Amino acid sequence: MNSPASVVSAKNLGLTFETGDGPVHALTGVDLDIKKGDFVSFIGPSGCGKTTFLRVIADLEKHTSGSIEINGMTPENARLARAYGYVFQAAALYPWRTIEKNIALPLEIMGFGAAEQKQRVEQMLDLVNLSGFGKKFPWQLSGGMQQRASIARALAFDADLLLMDEPFGALDEIVRDHLNEQLLKLWDKTNKTICFVTHSIPEAVYLSTKIVVMSPRPGRVTDVIESTLPRERPLDIRETPEFLEIAHRVRQGLKAGHSYEE
Amino acid sequence: MTSLFRDRILPVLTVIAAILVIWHVFVIYLNAPFVRDQAARAGETISLSQIIERTFAQERPILPAPHQIVAELWDTTINKAVTSKRSLVYHAWITLSATLAGFGMGTVLGITLAIGIVHNRAMDRSLMPWVIASQTIPILAIAPMIIVVLNSIGISGLMPKALISTYLSFFPIVVGMVKGLRSPDTLLIDLMHTYNASRAQTFWKLRWPASMPYLFTSLKVAIAISLVGAIVGELPTGAVAGLGARLLSGSYYGQTIQIWAALFMAAGLAALLVSIVGYAHVRVLKRMGVKP
Repeated sequence: MNSPASVVSAKNLGLTFETGDGPVHALTGVDLDIKKGDFVSFIGPSGCGKTTFLRVIADLEKHTSGSIEINGMTPENARLARAYGYVFQAAALYPWRTIEKNIALPLEIMGFGAAEQKQRVEQMLDLVNLSGFGKKFPWQLSGGMQQRASIARALAFDADLLLMDEPFGALDEIVRDHLNEQLLKLWDKTNKTICFVTHSIPEAVYLSTKIVVMSPRPGRVTDVIESTLPRERPLDIRETPEFLEIAHRVRQGLKAGHSYEE
Repeated sequence: MTSLFRDRILPVLTVIAAILVIWHVFVIYLNAPFVRDQAARAGETISLSQIIERTFAQERPILPAPHQIVAELWDTTINKAVTSKRSLVYHAWITLSATLAGFGMGTVLGITLAIGIVHNRAMDRSLMPWVIASQTIPILAIAPMIIVVLNSIGISGLMPKALISTYLSFFPIVVGMVKGLRSPDTLLIDLMHTYNASRAQTFWKLRWPASMPYLFTSLKVAIAISLVGAIVGELPTGAVAGLGARLLSGSYYGQTIQIWAALFMAAGLAALLVSIVGYAHVRVLKRMGVKP
């Protein structure tokens, strides 16, 4: 199973929170294998554990049963080895730092030299089309630009795995379309592995090579769909029968998890 | 320019004018009985206008007229050498030095305690109740104790007063900084965790800058009560110098004009100190790129 190409490998993974009202099964029996270069979307209604799964990968939560390996390591060792960059739902930029200082934050913490910091920040600003905005403070940028800066920050230290937790959830649809397109280009250019949490079916189908459909109570995986869409995806691919076919299957998967009745 | 006058200066002038009118009325009302008394004892009959005139020129009035206070302030600040014991500037400086020393120590103590409380559960549990309890003791009750105890171990002069200021001023700093250091969003803390940042890095890059607005708000309160602490520290000891001493000797000898002059000096000093901290606040936040 642990071929070198496997970036995330979960076996019978479970996580139970002990709460005052008894145990909550956030994740049960999750088996998943994510290969290098995959773009994996996690979709499901709230409470299905998609964010929790991402947080387990990131070592922000500890799993309580089963096993998970990231690049063949425990989540903690993977975190210490800076295996991933994390993008939150909110841009979570530091308001007192300029955009370039925000992108440099992980580099400062990880002890990169000043010259390399500067060079990487420039490179990242260019990658997310924010060149010339480095000296601005976050409040001077639009929501979409802030989220792009946040992606640049997650990519700055060159982790191979990018974890994104509903990064465009708070943005309007036009900005979201635009960012989705840019994200695909960025993925193509950098060849990162991306785990992407969303609750939008079109977004999941448009972006992913693999769609993981999840359902709540207990949080579990109900379907894993390998996308047949080509790597090159213009926005109007969303009107092709192939796209609609995959979207239909995702919808069926969500229905099977009884998510619509709740 | 006209809008500056209309929006800022005019409202202030209006309030000042209203206060002055009320003040003058009270000067007449409060001082008139004594003027009548005096006249009756001297066997003279005086008219109302004479009464009013005399209420504004009493040597030891119950309420001095504003111009008497201004004259006293002018006399004791401009006309006296600053080294003279009769100079209000000299006394203000004595109090100010204790205030600043106490404020400095209170700030350092407050920030240190807050850092401990935020980073250590045991300190959080054990220290915070004591910090709050410390402020329930009336400072007027504890100030003489502090001075007597310190005096008996050979510490006198500026230090005991500064310590009373410290005692008062560390409290808002602790409370403000604990809140400020805990203010960063969970997301920002999680982000630091994903970078495997050390506690020191999380502190200097996240908690400390996030706490700045809280710190300056606390500093404004702290500097004002530091001044109160220093003045209170001068009261029960029969101190010979400082604004507190001026207030005390004024009340011993019924020198109400002297008391009011010292009060105005203290108020002016407080306003000056608070606005210096306010200015620093604005400058620091501006450098931190806060939305104007």
